[in-house]
Amino acid sequence: MSVREVLRRIGLATFVSLVLGFFSLPLLWLAFTPFDSDPRISASLPDFTLHNFQVLMDNPYALASLRNSIILAAGAAALVVTCAALAAYALSRVRIPGRDVLLYVLLLLSSIITGTAAMVPIFLLAFNLNLIDSHLGVILVLTGGLLPAAIFVLKDFTDATPTSYEEAARVFGATPLQTLRHVVVPVIRPGLATVMVWTVAQVWGDFLMPFLLLRDPDKAPASVIMYTFYTEGGQPDLALISTFSLLYSLPVVGMYLFVSRRYGFRFHGGIKR
Amino acid sequence: MAVITLSGLTKVYPGGVRALDALDLEIADGEFFALLGPSGCGKTTLLRTVAGLETATAGSVRIGETDVTRLPPGRRDVGMVFQDYALFPHMSVTDNIAYPLRIKKAAKNERHAAAADVAAELGLDGLLARRPSELSGGQQQRVALARAMVARPQVFLLDEPLSNLDARLRLEARTFLKKLQRELGVTTVFVTHDQAEALAMADRIAVMEAGRIRQIGTPAEVFRRPANLFVAAFIGSTPMNLVDARVRGEQVEAAGVLLPLPEEARGLVTDGQAVVYGVRPDYLDYSPSPVDGSFSGRVAVVENLGSSSLVTLDVEGVLIHALVGEGSEPEPDEHGWAVPRAGRALLYSDGDLVNGNDVTVAA
Ligand SMILES: Nc1ncnc2c1ncn2[C@@H]1O[C@H](COP(=O)(O)OP(=O)(O)OP(=O)(O)O)[C@@H](O)[C@H]1O
Ligand SMILES: [Mg+2]
Repeated sequence: MSVREVLRRIGLATFVSLVLGFFSLPLLWLAFTPFDSDPRISASLPDFTLHNFQVLMDNPYALASLRNSIILAAGAAALVVTCAALAAYALSRVRIPGRDVLLYVLLLLSSIITGTAAMVPIFLLAFNLNLIDSHLGVILVLTGGLLPAAIFVLKDFTDATPTSYEEAARVFGATPLQTLRHVVVPVIRPGLATVMVWTVAQVWGDFLMPFLLLRDPDKAPASVIMYTFYTEGGQPDLALISTFSLLYSLPVVGMYLFVSRRYGFRFHGGIKR
Repeated sequence: MAVITLSGLTKVYPGGVRALDALDLEIADGEFFALLGPSGCGKTTLLRTVAGLETATAGSVRIGETDVTRLPPGRRDVGMVFQDYALFPHMSVTDNIAYPLRIKKAAKNERHAAAADVAAELGLDGLLARRPSELSGGQQQRVALARAMVARPQVFLLDEPLSNLDARLRLEARTFLKKLQRELGVTTVFVTHDQAEALAMADRIAVMEAGRIRQIGTPAEVFRRPANLFVAAFIGSTPMNLVDARVRGEQVEAAGVLLPLPEEARGLVTDGQAVVYGVRPDYLDYSPSPVDGSFSGRVAVVENLGSSSLVTLDVEGVLIHALVGEGSEPEPDEHGWAVPRAGRALLYSDGDLVNGNDVTVAA
């Protein structure tokens, strides 16, 4: 091995370690700080304690907000997966003129629906429909925003399944809904899993819509409650924030692991080739 | 068990393709019926229209006593085997076979028992727990058959049931299918583009071209007396000799030789009329010595077909094929004579069989 080669290797290793360190610091902070008796904004080996969790339990909103997050995420995921599956199946099997244009326009508009631009109209709409301070309102708005992308991904999966499966089911007397349930859904299950996980992750992390539409802190999800964790002095309450962050991220990680083990993600199926 | 009656059946696809053109056809109860024709002639379309997967543009489909033209597929009481078998990939063999009963709301143990019975009938026991992807092509085909059979439909529709099998398995499956159909006695329509398959399996054959039926008949009729030049050229593993000819009194002049006028054409053709003289290689007797009223020429090619050989004679520039039995094959470049067997030569005028009144042709 020449000197150059050695130097090259050392250089590469250093570079990789730096990059790794840069990205792992926040994760280390997330892992250690909740157990630190003196939580700080930097990552350090904790002076071990479980006291921070005690503080968290005493906070009136923390646990309820996690429950609210679960309600919102589960509701939106169920609605998005169901509606997207029905719509994607129909769009993939029925010939409508301008179908692709329709999909692309929806996709474009969807980023506006849940974005800042539509904040005021959405608030007014929800207000007039009496959907302020209701989980249902948030679920409906988020579903509307996520549906186009979900339909887009799922349509690719349904397009890829041969129509002869469905025709076989039809010949044996299955109704369209039975065909969907017995044949199409099981065949595109990896796609449904992908869309479900993606929806949950989106809703779990969404701040703007619940912040806008939920006035009552008892109903606010974790992503909103997180912003209320300040000390009386106006400083971020790091003990609370770090502990809460850990609890907040665990369900999403758990879900990823579960779903990927159970169904296996097949993202390549959702990408236009 | 039912008769299938198609009248004036027309299918025009959205793009404007006329896949079926005012087609009339009656398939008898319990018959094993083949739809035969070149690619794109509308065989699959016909089958799918009978199944209800395509709606007829005009005309009607009757199964038994019922006019099913406007009924959805599930209410026509048909069982279908698709060309790619369309077995549900996520279900076990049992669940696949039992699926039609599941739609009919049969109890689980009941339908599993029925599936096991049909599977045993088709030699599938031992495979019931597997997924379709864990089966061989022949086994998949039988699972598809079992699924079509399990609800005891009135009619079976098979779309190229053998084309996905390799050559040896195809022969086996051919025999198996024919035997099974005979035992069940269910009216069966199957699509094929392989004329040998149609001849071997069917009770009757409809030969199609461009959305129309060119001839209907038993394999023997279609083979011996093709109603027109299209059928004549399509049927037969060695193509029929079709030679431009002219009537000369009591004889026909074809490829420069005078042959006796086929018996049945007497009185139906006039002296000097232009016709096509047709005779199958199977019905030409080869002779190494001169014979009257025969094709005479130089042996151009000898192809070995196993138990016989196909000899090609060059008769004044026209190539005539004759089948020669084992042991009497000529050498290339010898001179040879091919004698049409009495009653086996056919005359075509304007593309249709002269005296073809006895063969069924849909208009
Ligand atoms: N869904 C469709 N839309 C438009 N045209 C079609 C459709 N299906 C078939 N055709 C056309 O109708 C004609 C008949 O097709 P069909 O599939 O019935 O032929 P086939 O006899 O089964 O041929 P093959 O032996 O190749 O399967 C063809 O010209 C085909 O291009
Ligand atoms: Mg076909």
